[in-house]
Amino acid sequence: MAEANRGERPLSPHLTIYRPQITSISSILTRITGNALIVTAVLIVWWLLAAATSADYFATADAVLTSWFGDLVMTLSLLGIWYHYLAGLRHLYFDAGHGLELETAERLGWACIIGAVVLTTLTIIIV
Amino acid sequence: MRYLTARKRAEGKGAAHTGTEHHWHMKISSVGLAFLVPVFIYIFGRALGQGHEAVLDIFARPFPAIVTGLVLVVGMQHFSKGAQIMIEDYARGFWRKALIIAVIALSWTVTATGLFALAKIAL
Repeated sequence: MAEANRGERPLSPHLTIYRPQITSISSILTRITGNALIVTAVLIVWWLLAAATSADYFATADAVLTSWFGDLVMTLSLLGIWYHYLAGLRHLYFDAGHGLELETAERLGWACIIGAVVLTTLTIIIV
Repeated sequence: MRYLTARKRAEGKGAAHTGTEHHWHMKISSVGLAFLVPVFIYIFGRALGQGHEAVLDIFARPFPAIVTGLVLVVGMQHFSKGAQIMIEDYARGFWRKALIIAVIALSWTVTATGLFALAKIAL
């Protein structure tokens, strides 16, 4: 009891020989999307600041956000935020002690990825 | 080997020294964002692509302005704490501290800038 298990604990994966699995991929994607969304946040705040400043400044920022490149960034952001959203809900579900069986966890991982694509498409159609 | 009893090992606030505070904060902000983000996506998605006057009108209204402000504050705190976890996983020593400080500074700068813009539009 007093002796913590120091020798036989599972090793962290060696990425070069690690077989990709939906559980690991969905976890990595959560981190990537969450951190990448700072780019979106900065762009939106810049756009708001430009709107608050002057018509000229707004025209510049708006041109960037609505250009083909801006559209690409915003669509990817949408995909990223919906994925992160679903993955976050999944984490709340995990934290409550549910869905941790391998099969359920794998199914939830796919649900996040497919759900994000569906929600992104719906958002583009509705908004 | 350290002669620690199981009880002694569990006492205090663990290896993080702050207990589960960080995790708990991520949970609180994630639940908040779960409600805010879909509304904000709708507001921002509708506003983007409209003219300058229309955009000013939208964000001068209370509901869009308050939702945007909340998403900014809660979202940037969520980002700040989340990015900190990533930094703690990959960086050590000086860089760990420097990067965490940079992320916190960036988060507050983005928040302050956004709130300033909202205030200016509203007034």
